[in-house]
Amino acid sequence: MREVVIAGIGQTPVGEHWELSLRNISARAVQAARKDAGGLIPEAIYIGNLIASVASHQANLGALVTDNTFLEGTESYTIEAGEASAAAAFRMAYLAVASGWVDIAMALGMEKYTDLSGDTMDEPTKLVMDYDYEVYTGQTLTSQAGLLMQRYLYENPKADRLAFGAFPLIGHTNAVNNPNAMFRKAIRAEVYEKAGMVSSPMNMFDIAPFADGAAALILTTTEIANKVGHPLVRVIGSDVAIDTLALHDRPDPLAFRAAGVSLENVCSQAGILPSDVDFFELHDAFSVYGVLSLESAGFAPRGEGWKLGIGDKLTLKGDLPINTMGGLKARGYPLGATGAYQLVEAILQLRGEAGENQIPDARLALVQSLGGPATTAVTHVLERMPV
Amino acid sequence: MEVPRHWRLKKQRYALVGEVCPHCSSKIFPPRDVCPYCGGEAKTQFSFSGRGQVYSFTQMTSVPVGYEQSAPYTMALVQLEEGPVVTAQLTDLGEQHVEIGMPVEMVTRKIRTDMDDRGIIIYGYKFRPVLAGPR
Repeated sequence: MREVVIAGIGQTPVGEHWELSLRNISARAVQAARKDAGGLIPEAIYIGNLIASVASHQANLGALVTDNTFLEGTESYTIEAGEASAAAAFRMAYLAVASGWVDIAMALGMEKYTDLSGDTMDEPTKLVMDYDYEVYTGQTLTSQAGLLMQRYLYENPKADRLAFGAFPLIGHTNAVNNPNAMFRKAIRAEVYEKAGMVSSPMNMFDIAPFADGAAALILTTTEIANKVGHPLVRVIGSDVAIDTLALHDRPDPLAFRAAGVSLENVCSQAGILPSDVDFFELHDAFSVYGVLSLESAGFAPRGEGWKLGIGDKLTLKGDLPINTMGGLKARGYPLGATGAYQLVEAILQLRGEAGENQIPDARLALVQSLGGPATTAVTHVLERMPV
Repeated sequence: MEVPRHWRLKKQRYALVGEVCPHCSSKIFPPRDVCPYCGGEAKTQFSFSGRGQVYSFTQMTSVPVGYEQSAPYTMALVQLEEGPVVTAQLTDLGEQHVEIGMPVEMVTRKIRTDMDDRGIIIYGYKFRPVLAGPR
């Protein structure tokens, strides 16, 4: 296995981009990543995307992307792993370079949520659930999370419902300094507490907003990347774990087993403990997912993850900063493209390019993307290379 | 229109027909032909009683396209008395306060319409509070 480093990153602002198509938005990310990588030309492009075949009536994305970026003829196709698709695409790029079959690989996350409008916008997001036994009953991604939060509060009667507000509050605070974030405005605790109920006991601010976005990363060998002229970050752990398709088929739905297993595996590959990392980019699609992810990672005992949100621990000043550029809640949640943003943001931190949000001397990062309620969990450990 | 799919699933939607594993006796819903507990082949049909209790629930204020006629509704995870958990709406709640552990029973209700008003009406299981008194 060869060592794999990230030679270039590129991202486009997350938001509602009615003026941009899949073509434009992906091309911007590809061009930005190539520029950052000193013009390196990818030999393979793995695309993370979830809803294009329904929302944009477009499959064969490999041809769409290469055709529109002057990369015709390049190996390219979609990797689908629910909302963790781009993280899975990054893993494929990592495996391709590590194996020796590909020298320069690109992972590209792209999603056009706003190609549909009105009542039908959320229809494609239900693709990640069990169509026969969840979707048909009237279940949505949001109600799945509502069921989990209700059960959590029942099993842990001491849990403070308002402590879940830490996840949106931290996200919004951190997004203020992220030029690519969807919501660059901090919110106050009172606003969270008064927000309208959406799927009890979850309110509007417990839910990350779906959006459009594209971000790309170029992975290669240390030898090739040495010429690019910025600090290098390497991949020292990569894993994916899978749970049951339907939430109701899990013996213990609050366990987020796949998240725990993939995280344990990457830490073992990297030879680290989770507590060794300088920050954790986690998948806060819903605030309760933040709590369950922290518990499954072992940062808190079962039923006590909510306590981590009290005080400064998870903020940029704390000893376990999360979602340093806004997370899904405030940077925005471009479905299958999300993992690429999480990884790009982690690399900005590790390269010392995170601006106002820079974590001093950040060296080690944990990045985790989930498809569904940890139905698929893709986790990576990234490390800044010594100069 | 998804006629073959609705036709294929009618036993499950109307009568909670699952499977029982001939190797480990586990009750399985939905049917999947391979036992999720022991890995053995399991194709023996088994009809669930339809009785269970609420494992978790959530009241939804906004609902997906096609489900507006029931809105707002309460989604639940219902643990059947034979073991498996199913996702379903609660119905016939009236003023009843829902809580985890509440006994419920399966009823057949209209779930949604396919495509539009002229499409087929899809029926399936929902769960209601167990009625008090002799039945």
